Amino acid sequence: MTVLILLFLPLVAALAVLLFKNETAKHAALLFSVIELGLAVFFITKFVPNASTQFAVDYPWIPKLGIYFTAGIDGISMVMVLLNTLLVPIIILASYNHNHKNANAFYALILFMQSAMLVVFTALDGFLFYVSWEAALLPIYFICALWGGENRIKITIKFFIYTFAGSLFMLLGIIYLHLQTPARTYDIQDFYGLTLSLKQQSWVFWAFFLAFAIKMPVFPFHTWQPDTYTEAPTAGTMLLSGIMLKMGVYGAIRWMIPVVPLGFDHWQYVVITLAVIGIVYASLIAFNQKDGKRLIAYSSIAHVGLIAAGVFAWTMSGVQGAMIQMLNHGINVVGMFFIMDIISRRLKTRDLNEMGGIAKVAPQFAIAFLIIVLGTVALPLTNGFIGEFLLLNSMYEYNIWLAASAGLTIILGAVYMLRMYKKVMQGETNALTLLFTDITGTEKLVLGIICVLIVFLGVFPNIVMHLSDASVKELVQSVNDKILRAGKY
Amino acid sequence: MNTLILISVLPIVLLYLGLYKAKNALLPVTVIGLLVAAGLAVAQWNSNAQPIYHDMMLFDRYAIAFSVITIVSTILIVLLSKGFFERISEHVAEYYAIMLFALAGIVVMVSYYNLVMLFIGIEIMSVSLYILAGIRKRDVASNEASLKYFLMGAFSTGFLLFGIALLYGASGSFNLAVIRDYTLTHPRNIDPLFYVGILMIIVGLCFKLGAAPFHFWTPDVYEGSPSLITAFMSTVVKTAGIAAFLRLFSACFASIADFWMPVLLVITVVTLFIGNITALYQHSFKRMLAYSSISHAGYLLFAIVALGTASANSVFMYATAYSIASIIAFGVLILVQQQSGSDDFDSFNGLGKSNPFLAFVLTIAMLSLAGIPLTAGFIGKFFMFSGAISRYHIWLVVIAVINAIISIYYYFKVIIAMYFRNTAERVALAVPGYFGFVLGLSAFVTILIGIYPGIISNFI
Repeated sequence: MTVLILLFLPLVAALAVLLFKNETAKHAALLFSVIELGLAVFFITKFVPNASTQFAVDYPWIPKLGIYFTAGIDGISMVMVLLNTLLVPIIILASYNHNHKNANAFYALILFMQSAMLVVFTALDGFLFYVSWEAALLPIYFICALWGGENRIKITIKFFIYTFAGSLFMLLGIIYLHLQTPARTYDIQDFYGLTLSLKQQSWVFWAFFLAFAIKMPVFPFHTWQPDTYTEAPTAGTMLLSGIMLKMGVYGAIRWMIPVVPLGFDHWQYVVITLAVIGIVYASLIAFNQKDGKRLIAYSSIAHVGLIAAGVFAWTMSGVQGAMIQMLNHGINVVGMFFIMDIISRRLKTRDLNEMGGIAKVAPQFAIAFLIIVLGTVALPLTNGFIGEFLLLNSMYEYNIWLAASAGLTIILGAVYMLRMYKKVMQGETNALTLLFTDITGTEKLVLGIICVLIVFLGVFPNIVMHLSDASVKELVQSVNDKILRAGKY
Repeated sequence: MNTLILISVLPIVLLYLGLYKAKNALLPVTVIGLLVAAGLAVAQWNSNAQPIYHDMMLFDRYAIAFSVITIVSTILIVLLSKGFFERISEHVAEYYAIMLFALAGIVVMVSYYNLVMLFIGIEIMSVSLYILAGIRKRDVASNEASLKYFLMGAFSTGFLLFGIALLYGASGSFNLAVIRDYTLTHPRNIDPLFYVGILMIIVGLCFKLGAAPFHFWTPDVYEGSPSLITAFMSTVVKTAGIAAFLRLFSACFASIADFWMPVLLVITVVTLFIGNITALYQHSFKRMLAYSSISHAGYLLFAIVALGTASANSVFMYATAYSIASIIAFGVLILVQQQSGSDDFDSFNGLGKSNPFLAFVLTIAMLSLAGIPLTAGFIGKFFMFSGAISRYHIWLVVIAVINAIISIYYYFKVIIAMYFRNTAERVALAVPGYFGFVLGLSAFVTILIGIYPGIISNFI
């Protein structure tokens, strides 16, 4: 069974969905994405959890320039594939209640994006990685700009130019690395084998960092994010926050740090400090948000900041924590945005101050909301806990003060999340919220799935963690070896 | 060689067809004739080319590749012209004929082996273009375009001719090989006249290319000329100009690159910035394309500056991608112009809904011009960037990247207008069959090259 089917089934599905009528497109898209999830699960069952790259494919693409279509799945990619294929059906289901015009194009773009992101997560060739990285940007731009809110045109073009600018510099970095390889290839193993000077590595490091930092986003490259999240349609926000920003984290783990270990080691303190500043800054701003969607957008910056900081600490627990937390943050943030979508669709507002007392009129909704909030604030036995624990642990190993500020912020995060819950759900029911109807049909299904995942992954995190364990261990070890060896001379 | 003969004879046949009122035969005869010409060019592909006609011309792979791409672009443009010239004038045959005369000049421009032939080629092309620009006799803008183009063109031809004369004075020959040998045998004591001659030639050719600071004629001429002629000028003519440029500089002046490279570097950077930044402020789609064509001239020069004599492949790739995308842009523009009578961005509003096909192909064209992956334009830029980085022109690449980022904004303006601004219900445009074919084919080729560039990247 070749990985090509996994990578390109959504692309074929995207073309197929275009042929459906607008009313039936969503069912077709859901069906395809569930099949894709089934495929991914099949691959997981076949996957041997060691450090090797499995299901690899290698076809000549532009052999004259050393470009090959090389893709494969190791433990790290496996988790990302799981994240991607798990969230897309949920996202499609979550947009069932929106009657988008041109729905077939909408779902086709989602599936197209899924395909591109799967290639990003499995590519082992620098050129392929870059091309799919950009290919994932195009559909999300159109999703946001076609079905977004009022200010969408200005904000989405800013988003596009911003991210495109970052990735062009990454392209320069990739080309530069390519020219340094003895065989003139874009193969990742050749990139890993390079021995560049510190100066060279530093430049390449910053070229890559710019692209990944904008994508994640890391402070101070986050300015596109809150606006874009707020203006995008719910499915777009979920795709961006749930899956796409993980491309940045994944890129750092796979393409940046192991390729330029010395450059990374040299600038580690800068980037980790930026990540922590981002956590504190975003949390403080989130504290003052009235708009629920914006609040979640800022809290997402904080959470991703923590993931980034854990990756940049580059310890076993940091990277492993990042892996599990990427999956869990994806689930939680999709849940949070769906909650906010349900609220804003019923109340026609996202202003938290106008709400209150919804728990009384919609008890089932209240339970689901509470579970998702608890998962987001990382209560033990919910899915958020293990990841944040490992991430903070790695921060602690790196620097206690940074760990302390990041840790305090986690508490702050809990405060504003719970405060939002209190504002929305508790207190007196007012005229607006009195008419709030409890969740039904697909809403129940989506929230049910998310809540089950939150609890299940909270209790059994190892079911995912054992997938990436060996790969992460080897990757972290090899980088640290390289840094140590360089230090000796 | 037969290509050139055929392309020279073809317009005369067309004129006779016009004389005998066989209007319906014009288009098929032109297209079939050009296809045969392209086929003849391809047939000579593997021959070990030697200069012919007393060393006047050389049909090497370089010449054949650029001849074929210019001929193919011309075919696409000619196909778009069905019904276009009839509205402008009654003497349709003349326009096909003049366009083909220009093409004959272009084939000479890409295959010369003697500076006299370069000059003759440029003149054949330019004189034809002066007429084409003024094709709408009663239209003031068209007259202005023609006059401006003629005056500026004559001026630049003067520079070119003066430069050629100076080279002759220094080296004693018009022959490219002799001139090259002159630079090789006199590395220390090259006549100052020779240097001045090179500068003059750079000025003359940059005029033709529309590179800054010799670009002032471009926007007015492009805007005033009929859209189809503008398409011809900004694709075929530009490709030919850069091909002529590269042929001369790689054949003759490679050994003294230290002298002309800095000059060209300045021109490139200025061209990139002026083209891109001015394009940002345009309200008219056509004028935006004119300025963007200036910036693309900058990218083409960038390849020469960054790669020197090894840039033929990059230039060919980029010129192909650019030509195809521009033809789509102008094709859609012509249709929109016919409907709304305006070429502003606003006249594209709502096209995505009323004509999904047109909007889709134009989107592909804009993405290709902007250099987004999975389109031919990206491959063109990728070739250039990797070539430039391989020669450690990092800062130059960074400048090119900054310009690529700027260009996103104005290329996306039209995408935004088509898809996201649905001000009013607009009536669907009727897309003639020829248009559908040309636009669809061009979009397909753009994506095909973007995904699998191997099909054309091995040409030269």
